[in-house]
Amino acid sequence: MDNPLIHSLLVIVAITIAFLSIMLLVAATVLAERRVLGFIQGRLGPNRVGYGGVLQPFADFIKTMMKEDLVPDQSTKFVFLLAPTVAVITAIMAIIVYPFGPTINLPFIGPIALRIAQFDVALLYVLGVTSVGVYGIALAGWSSNNKYSLMGGLRSSAQLISYELALGLALIGVILMSGTLDIYEIVQQQSGAWGMHWNIIYQPIGFIVYLIAAIAETNRVPFDLPEAETELVAGFHTEYSSIKFLLFFNAEYINMITVSMLATSLFLGGWNGPGVATFPILGLFYFAGKILFFLFLYIWLRGTLPRFRFDQLMNFGWRFLMPLALINIFLTATVQAYAGDFLNLFR
Amino acid sequence: MSLMFILFGGLAIGCALAVVLQRNPLYSAISLIGVFISLSSLYLMLSAPFIAAVQIIVYAGAIMVLVVFVIMLLNVEAEERKRPRLTFLFPVAALLAFVLIGEVAFILYSVKPARTPGPADIGLTKSIGVGLFTTYLLPFEITSILLLMALVGAITLARRTEILSSVSRLMTGPYVPPPEREEPIIKAVEETS
Repeated sequence: MDNPLIHSLLVIVAITIAFLSIMLLVAATVLAERRVLGFIQGRLGPNRVGYGGVLQPFADFIKTMMKEDLVPDQSTKFVFLLAPTVAVITAIMAIIVYPFGPTINLPFIGPIALRIAQFDVALLYVLGVTSVGVYGIALAGWSSNNKYSLMGGLRSSAQLISYELALGLALIGVILMSGTLDIYEIVQQQSGAWGMHWNIIYQPIGFIVYLIAAIAETNRVPFDLPEAETELVAGFHTEYSSIKFLLFFNAEYINMITVSMLATSLFLGGWNGPGVATFPILGLFYFAGKILFFLFLYIWLRGTLPRFRFDQLMNFGWRFLMPLALINIFLTATVQAYAGDFLNLFR
Repeated sequence: MSLMFILFGGLAIGCALAVVLQRNPLYSAISLIGVFISLSSLYLMLSAPFIAAVQIIVYAGAIMVLVVFVIMLLNVEAEERKRPRLTFLFPVAALLAFVLIGEVAFILYSVKPARTPGPADIGLTKSIGVGLFTTYLLPFEITSILLLMALVGAITLARRTEILSSVSRLMTGPYVPPPEREEPIIKAVEETS
């Protein structure tokens, strides 16, 4: 680790591994979504390609890549190309701050920390990258030169901006409790009580507000108004085909995964769980398991809930979630100020 | 001067030039976002991660979204190439630019860079927070009041008629009742069949 060259090489290897695992997880989520939705709706879902349909996402990938790459006439071509790139890059940039597991001892190599980067403002970095992600959708809607796309883009931008506030405010409770913006620190603080000392015990309101706002941030059911098929064809990506559509598709699923990672790290103890102190490798599986739980929750909600109307969405965000998050901050601050020493006895 | 500084500094200058030279207002806005992102990278290299993150969140993530929104909603077309009107201001602009370059040159030549670097934790979140709530408490509070005033002002301007009456709605605009259909759609289907 002393040599900067070896250090940067290790970082590149770590980024590659993380990138590949995220991409595989995206493929697995797409398949799982179709199979689970099929189960919920009393049908089979895709099960022909490979064993139980395992190869279906790859078949779909190849088929979509072969499609003609259309660029609408009279569209702003540069922006039209820029939009999906921005969407997928900002989505994937957020994964570097999450700790996937504790430091583990590998045979031959030695101790290795299962994270890519650790820095002081990790949480702010996540929020910043997420807020830049709005441009992907807004510019896609604008540059398609199509009224459905524009409506989808505008709706989506309004929705993202509104729910970003509730999302950020929901995180402040955790920040107040842990006193740091470093996600690795926050995860490590939750390792007490045999790895079950999770922040969700102290922040139930914050967790619920975060979860709802996160679902809205990723444009998923019941907040998938930007791509409401019945009203807007396919919303902001109506005009996109082939690889550009795939980029948007990927960005949506990567966003789902990173949002689940943030929820896991901040509220569900990250890689903490019973037995991690003695067998650190277990942490990796706990982390993966918690993410898979959130991904299943997404699919479950999609199979269960209908879509909101747009004014309901706005009212819910501004009149219910925002005040709830503010109350949570107020409560947390009061308890921290007057009973912080008492609570620290249990840490 | 490291390679990264040259890269991001050059990117910032290039994007800033593009902001001024582009004819399409949306391209200018995108270039401005590029300027903010490169500036944020420069802050990061100056070991000020908090300022870098806030630069991205506030400028690139909030203010520029608003600007892009306005450009998209108003559908501002690319500026046409027409005869400049205020031609007599050109010499004044040149003079002001010359003064600015002179000031920069003066600073570059007269001000010596500090030999000893400041404390290592000066750009971290904790030191900034401690500074804001102890040494600079009064300016911080005054800034908050200023922001509150701006907020109240914006809301007052947005609803000129009656400040927050009981029927006012947040964000959704005036209530539009659904159009009343005099004849049900099914009737038309029955006639054709």
